Amino acid sequence: MIKFADVAKGDVLPAQTFPIRRVDLVKYAGASGDFNPIHWNERFAQSVGLPDVIAHGMFTMASAIRVVTDWCGDPGMVVEYQVRFTKPVVVPDGVDEESGARLTVTGKVSAVNEDGTVRVDLVATSEGEKVLGLARAVVRLP
Amino acid sequence: MALDVGFIGRTYPPTAVYEVGREKIREFADAIGDPNPVYRDPAVAQDLGHRDVLAPPTFPIAITWPAATVIIEDPDLGLDFSRVLHGEQRFVHNRPIYADDQLTATVIIEDITERMGQGFLSTRTELNTVDGELVVTGFSKLVVVGAGAGEGEQA
Repeated sequence: MIKFADVAKGDVLPAQTFPIRRVDLVKYAGASGDFNPIHWNERFAQSVGLPDVIAHGMFTMASAIRVVTDWCGDPGMVVEYQVRFTKPVVVPDGVDEESGARLTVTGKVSAVNEDGTVRVDLVATSEGEKVLGLARAVVRLP
Repeated sequence: MALDVGFIGRTYPPTAVYEVGREKIREFADAIGDPNPVYRDPAVAQDLGHRDVLAPPTFPIAITWPAATVIIEDPDLGLDFSRVLHGEQRFVHNRPIYADDQLTATVIIEDITERMGQGFLSTRTELNTVDGELVVTGFSKLVVVGAGAGEGEQA
């Protein structure tokens, strides 16, 4: 478990890459209750001007915070988390394990605060492009 | 297109009680692909000082987003759902959501602005226990665009 005293501004968190397949979006739709067809129906997505099915922004947000929760050891330490949805994550169809999209997330400690919290800035990219803006979490460490 | 700024400050009545439950948390954790045992095993959660399994940090959206449909469906405001995008999301956690929580959601319209032909609707949704403890506050910024794609994720 990471201790507050051990963290310094500029520390880099272990990066992670998450595969996102169509089945993941179907599962997320069911669990979250967001059944918007742009997340599972290619014809519908294209009819509204998207290149293909796109991931739920909230799925991307949920994936990105894992870089923080896996690092700090207790997701209950996250006291604040925010993102801006700047670009959709396009998720192509496919049948094998390699199909779909990849989301790569890096994190860096951007502030160590006097109140015992630290701020982590996250960068999330897919196909080399940033998909989240102003992605940051505040974590209260022991 | 123009959103009525008179709706700033409107507070909708609290929703019916949402009973969280261990299996709903497990289902959500499975759906986001997060194998962390703290979302599944009460003993692991208790070792970390929690009273029960806790929900992932973005789990509140499963409560706040359906609650916020009262805005989209408010006939007085007259939003066109097909033009609403999810632009930003923020959560402030006073504590984690636990499996035994019974929560209500109260949706407030915080701000309405317009910029370059797009409308922006900022909402705050408070999740309180039935005993009145504020657990999580969710802030969503919704973008109301004209025809054609805009920045942000379609809601």
